Amino acid sequence: MATALTAGLGLKPAHYAEARDCAAPGLWLEVHPENYLVEGGPRLAWLEAIRERHPVSLHGVALSLAADAAPDAAHLRRLRALADRIEPALVSEHLAWSAWRGAYHPDLLPFPRTAEALDRVCANVSAAQDALGRRLAIENPSHYLALDGHERGEIEFLAELSRRTGCGLLLDVNNAFVSAANLGFDAEAYVDAFPADPVMEIHLAGHSRDPALGERLLVDSHDAPVCEEVWALCERLVARIGPRPILVERDDRLPAFDELLAERSRAHALLDAPLARAA
Amino acid sequence: MRAGCVPLAQFQDAFARALLAEPAEADDCVAALAAQPAFAVYRNTVMKGCVDALQANFPAVARLVGEEWFRAAAAVYARAELPAEPSLLAYGGSFPAFLARFEPTAALPYLPEVARLDRLWTESHAAADGPVLDRSAFARLAPESLGEAVLEPHPAARWAWFDATPAFTIWSRNRDEAAADGEIDWHGEGALLARPVGAVRWLPIDAAACRFLDACALGAPLSLALESALEADANANLVRLVNALLDAGALARIRLPD
Repeated sequence: MATALTAGLGLKPAHYAEARDCAAPGLWLEVHPENYLVEGGPRLAWLEAIRERHPVSLHGVALSLAADAAPDAAHLRRLRALADRIEPALVSEHLAWSAWRGAYHPDLLPFPRTAEALDRVCANVSAAQDALGRRLAIENPSHYLALDGHERGEIEFLAELSRRTGCGLLLDVNNAFVSAANLGFDAEAYVDAFPADPVMEIHLAGHSRDPALGERLLVDSHDAPVCEEVWALCERLVARIGPRPILVERDDRLPAFDELLAERSRAHALLDAPLARAA
Repeated sequence: MRAGCVPLAQFQDAFARALLAEPAEADDCVAALAAQPAFAVYRNTVMKGCVDALQANFPAVARLVGEEWFRAAAAVYARAELPAEPSLLAYGGSFPAFLARFEPTAALPYLPEVARLDRLWTESHAAADGPVLDRSAFARLAPESLGEAVLEPHPAARWAWFDATPAFTIWSRNRDEAAADGEIDWHGEGALLARPVGAVRWLPIDAAACRFLDACALGAPLSLALESALEADANANLVRLVNALLDAGALARIRLPD
């Protein structure tokens, strides 16, 4: 493996100082680069201060790689400048779209996985990797809708994308769990079928129910601890594919840093377990 | 019609429209999707993302009008104007103008100006770092060349003059928990926001200082910039004015024309 990262944490401004000063072995931190596309000032100064002590991963949400349009060249240039400044250990994005015809929709939107879409996403991922000068890890998003126009399953689509562009993959186990519950497939089968070699990173997060939208709907809300079922899926995955960098994400209802660090320690221990090392 | 039966671009046009429209108005190729209860997750997430960003970018406005009212107004704005770029810190450039046109806030003439100050804070916060000019820089120039010298504002300095309302006082009281309260004198005032080091800081400035900074930003030599200041206020104390701007970290460089 190119990287020796173990378990990391999503970084929020409320935890800047604690994250910087944290001495947990192997801690790395992940940020959304869109929040740091500034020319200067305290945000960038904080990120650089943290980067001096810990590896940093840039997890983009806005390249809109599944839009039927080339990724925004100006946005790519700014991302490249940030990446050159921070020298991230990982750079990742999503199999989704958000920017479309000059409007940015702050979400990860679905699309029919057709042959046309695969060609487009391959072209966009290649263009982004060239512009950034780095390999991208592409993440499976959460799904909510039964979309009837798919020509390929998500795993087949991601595997082909990786083959054609050389990109890595990011398996978000919580997204797989949420999607499986919402669309009615088997999360274990999904995790078991995910191609092992391209996985550069694993994401874990919490989700919530939204009874207003149907009794069974799960929402990838990142506002709760990782649930036991997702931990079990993650252990199952690591036992099969071996240790990979694991990130614990929390974006809303932010608890104390120590509480997040405890979740992160569990991921750290999971990677160190005999099962993971034997894989 | 199945979603995969239309070209990707057509699907995305229809999906993007459906995010902001009533479910019944959805185009054929996404009608079956928009009719699912779960489609609301996407609608809600897009709208929450926009409204959260506006609330983060315009905290003094939100505090003045209250969170519930702010979020309702922000949703009206977001429906008409989604972010143009993925860096949400930049979102809301036209929000002050929207508030100026917005019927329900017509009775609060200072609200668009408070929004403009929130926006200037964000601009200052995200601007490039730069050197800070100190008083000694003037001593290094020959006195006879001083009038030709050009003072460059610091890249993170922002300023504005508000003719009709004490927008700066209202803004700063709603931006800073520790700010004084009490009666507000109803008169025009100016604001300077600067970030010489660390966080953004702000202070009131007069019309002469605003005009002086305007002239400097246009590249005018010091002699003309000082004339501009005197046009705004014939009694302006120019030495005090320049020293106050230096002390605030509003100026980056002094240079002589080539």
